[in-house]
Amino acid sequence: MKRNGNQPYVSASTPNATTPDQLLRELVAHLRQHRTDLREEWARRITEAQLLTAMSKEEIFAEATSVYDNYVEALETGTFEALQAYARNLSERIIPRGVETNEVVGIVLLLRDVLARSLFAKYQGDFDKLNRILDAYEPAANRIAITVAVGFVQERERTIREQQEAIRELSTPVLQVRERLLILPIIGLIDPQRARQLTEQLLRAIRTNRAKVVVIDITGVAAMDTHVANHLVLTVEASRLLGATVIVTGLSPEISQTLVNIGVDLSKMTTVGDLQGGIEEAERLLGYKVVSSHDLVQQT
Amino acid sequence: MQLRDNLVLKVSTLRSRGVIIDVTVLDVMDSFASRTLHDLVRMIKLRGADTVIVGIQPEVAFAMVQLGLTMEGVPAALDLEEGLAFFNQNSLRKETGPRVK
Amino acid sequence: MSNEIRVAIQTDVDIVTARMQGRALGTEVGFGSTDLTLIATAISELARNIILYAKQGEIILEVIANSDPCGITVVAQDQGPGIIDIGQAMRVGYSTSGSLGLGLPGVSRLMDEFHINSQPGQGTTVTVKKWKR
Repeated sequence: MKRNGNQPYVSASTPNATTPDQLLRELVAHLRQHRTDLREEWARRITEAQLLTAMSKEEIFAEATSVYDNYVEALETGTFEALQAYARNLSERIIPRGVETNEVVGIVLLLRDVLARSLFAKYQGDFDKLNRILDAYEPAANRIAITVAVGFVQERERTIREQQEAIRELSTPVLQVRERLLILPIIGLIDPQRARQLTEQLLRAIRTNRAKVVVIDITGVAAMDTHVANHLVLTVEASRLLGATVIVTGLSPEISQTLVNIGVDLSKMTTVGDLQGGIEEAERLLGYKVVSSHDLVQQT
Repeated sequence: MQLRDNLVLKVSTLRSRGVIIDVTVLDVMDSFASRTLHDLVRMIKLRGADTVIVGIQPEVAFAMVQLGLTMEGVPAALDLEEGLAFFNQNSLRKETGPRVK
Repeated sequence: MSNEIRVAIQTDVDIVTARMQGRALGTEVGFGSTDLTLIATAISELARNIILYAKQGEIILEVIANSDPCGITVVAQDQGPGIIDIGQAMRVGYSTSGSLGLGLPGVSRLMDEFHINSQPGQGTTVTVKKWKR
């Protein structure tokens, strides 16, 4: 008996000709009824597959229960918001414990497999119905798998972004070496975003520390595109507006070339070969007199 | 405009040698405001006094240089205290000898 | 859309109003203090241009939600004389001296996106956007 796709409604009394909705409802009822054993089966398979090794058995079972219930609810209602929220929340909790993307995808696929197997077992006597049940189940199950996996990946990306932020802040310390003198050693790659962040940090530090002189050391910067080079000039000019003089040290020949090429007015920028020389120049500007310790001993 | 005229007049009558302009309250310095300020500084200079601008906020300074408003030739200091220190230091230098540029 | 604010620009006070509204809207979007100042400065510059060249006009502020990243749009509109040579206007004032330029190249540096539409005798519309990093 072949079902005609155009046939809009089929009487519910005809057992083999139910709508996808009805099939889903039947499916959901089945999953509810076997909640306990299916959940246990799933948790067992997770442990067996050595997924979520960072978590204890009890934790796995507790999470499995929540995911299971959310899963069934998503199947029933066709809405994924609750599941999505749960997935994000779950990710937030397990990412710091080192759970990997493949583990999360793995457990969702395992659940899909466990449930599919139970459907096989239940409907093995009626292949036609099994086929239609699976037709209804598959798309929903796939969407659930995608929702959970995507939720996890997004959460992970967010975490990574936050960590990058934190590393950036750490990697660009504004150091106060003595009263009114700041040193900003820049190391590594500078992209426009980091350049901007550095400037903001520096300008605030100038005000907080009431700095008069700033030494920006770029010995650790390999290359600089014209955008960043321009930005460096802006930083020097903005610092001046706050009453601070900037000394740039450690310009590599390549970066000097870039600065010349973009036509930077070098008279506006004090440059000194290395950091040591920069600090000496800064101290001179601040009115400190640099005296060698040898002379000092002789004087006294 | 009124501020400008008053200020220039005061510089004359008080025979001031130095003027500190405090812009701490300005949350924005656009090209118009900056030009007005710059003109003011030049007029004061013609009256024989030096000006130092104080109180430019870090964010405002950043926006200004993005706009190309670098206030070239106008001394700037962090705040009023620094502005006063600037004049004390400078008059000291004038007394002790020629300034090294 | 309800996230739109219109400020008529005719006097200096209107410039301050537009700028304050821009800051308020920018704060809602979640911009940091530096970006807020950049946005407020751009608004100030555009509003000043309206008064200087067209006598009156309008600043329209709008939140760009429903996108990642979100942002803010500032439109400066007037029915003034318009700009004859936009290419030149974008060069004027490029010098760092405080010359009286239109400040347009400066505005384009303050913001992330810049569009200008101007017909001589029919007015000028400048649209700028800033995205939240």
